[in-house]
Amino acid sequence: MLNKKFNLSKEIFRKNIKRVPIRVGYGEGLLEAGKKDKNIVALCCDLTESTKTSFFKNTFPDRFVEVGVAEQNMAGLAAGMALGAGKIPFISSYAVFSPGLNWSQIRVSICYSNANVKIIGAHAGISVGPDGATHQALEDLAITRVLPRMVVVVPCDSIEARKATMAVAKHKGPCYVRLAREATPVITSEKTPFKIGKAHVYREGKDITVIACGPLVYEALVASEKIKKNISCEVINCSTIKPLDKKTILKSVKKTGRVVTVEEHQITGGLFGAVAEMLASEYPVPVTGVGMPDCFGESGRPEELLEKWGMNCKGIIKTIEKAMNFKTRD
Amino acid sequence: MARQQKKYTEKQLIKIANDIRKDVIKMLVKAGSGHSAGSLGMADVFATLYFSVLNHDPKNPEWKDRDRFVLSAGHINPVWYATLAKSGYFPRKELWSLRKFGSLLQGHPHNESTPGVDTSSGPLGHGFAQAAGMAYAGIMDNKKWRVYSVMGDGELNEGNIWETAMFAGKNKLRNLTGIIDRNNIQIDGFTEDVMPLESLKGKFESFNWHVLDVDGHNIEAIIDACNQAKAVFEKPTMIIAHTIPGKGVHFMERDFKWHGIPPNPEEAEHALRHLRSLGGKIECGDH
Repeated sequence: MLNKKFNLSKEIFRKNIKRVPIRVGYGEGLLEAGKKDKNIVALCCDLTESTKTSFFKNTFPDRFVEVGVAEQNMAGLAAGMALGAGKIPFISSYAVFSPGLNWSQIRVSICYSNANVKIIGAHAGISVGPDGATHQALEDLAITRVLPRMVVVVPCDSIEARKATMAVAKHKGPCYVRLAREATPVITSEKTPFKIGKAHVYREGKDITVIACGPLVYEALVASEKIKKNISCEVINCSTIKPLDKKTILKSVKKTGRVVTVEEHQITGGLFGAVAEMLASEYPVPVTGVGMPDCFGESGRPEELLEKWGMNCKGIIKTIEKAMNFKTRD
Repeated sequence: MARQQKKYTEKQLIKIANDIRKDVIKMLVKAGSGHSAGSLGMADVFATLYFSVLNHDPKNPEWKDRDRFVLSAGHINPVWYATLAKSGYFPRKELWSLRKFGSLLQGHPHNESTPGVDTSSGPLGHGFAQAAGMAYAGIMDNKKWRVYSVMGDGELNEGNIWETAMFAGKNKLRNLTGIIDRNNIQIDGFTEDVMPLESLKGKFESFNWHVLDVDGHNIEAIIDACNQAKAVFEKPTMIIAHTIPGKGVHFMERDFKWHGIPPNPEEAEHALRHLRSLGGKIECGDH
């Protein structure tokens, strides 16, 4: 059963569920945050339209900075604007370039200095599709999560992205927000809560805990609905990868004794890594990951790629069924 | 509110620079590691900046109208630390803890550790971008304060430097003054052998910068260049400060092996005894 207290969309299991790109939620959230706080500025690397930074640019042209195709410079400029002048810069590009190309600047100028900069990685995951492996960011969670002070958020739909953007604007310190390109089913509603560091049990169950993030939260919910007669899945939207909501995850895992993680990312280093590391020291149980198994992607339609790598509903069901065979604690 | 810097004569500034050099040598020998050549070579520039050019208040390092300074070549921070201590940002005795466990003075600049340091830098190319970000924000907010950033010539190999140069030129960051420590050496050898930079002036001019070549040991010339930068309204200014690496210590001067190492105690004693008077122009090596 879907957890009623989160007011999820009533259309979740309908074929014609409304779909909106997650990045649109970011664009709306940035604009809204910008209206509330005049210190917010936006920097972009020649991708203003596709990252939806354009909403902010059109309303606040004087607070928008076009950096050109120079991601390292964008991270450094932002750190300087924050440290030297109290600005709250949002820097956006594709995740393969930022944090992919400017990781050292993010590490030293932003995180080590504790600069109040928000890094927005758009077009993340394999669902970028036709652009191919070069442009499919599957490592960004790993490289941001290891940085001290960094908060890492992966919104599951456009509404959550808007709330997450406004939340990171208020949070003092470096944050990374991961966005996806494709139109994604809108599974939350205006009334669904969002808080940095809080995971939510969207579906209650008793046999296995399915922890998902990003657009695949939808796939995990659909998968659990399809197999509900045989397996009772507890599905958690873990939209904050760091700091991880230990309490919610442990409470669920102590009930079910098994975990499957679901993410559009390398299995190592991202959500699987975060969950497995935490459980290894707190409450060891078998953990199985849906995600990229240490491979690069390729060109194709998003649905073809998700199918090939077992990240769609069908693949998630297969992994859940396999995980059910693992022996758990008594 | 502008704060009045005490005015120092050229003679006084020369003495300050010499005191800074002495402290740098003592710091390096106590630390047992660190970068000698660039630190000594830039003592005149740092003395001039902190005792004549910058509008700042050592008793209030976070004064919001202060001029900002970013050391992009983070590895020459011994000279910065010695200058900050001399200015009164922290007690001089802290200098002897450079690079040691628990010290205010980290191996490379860190804003959370050291009073008077606004950012973290060290990986080359990072600081210059931060300085440009500050300058951009200063213009955005109609602020009067200026931003100064010192970088090494070897550092100019980094792509990020040229991204920043393009950005600052495009945006006419008139409040940004860059200073290149043009000492012609980097770790692997002479800059023109490792990765040629000339025509350096032409490169920055083509990026829409106002560029000045100065003798980096001529204090009057450094002050003049900084004043000229303030008067140039349509461009950022790059001061190419020609310096002698290891300046003042004859066995270190112009020898790239001193880029990244400290003197041992005997060498330091020798250096302090022979530290030459450093007035005037670049001297031809007489060793």
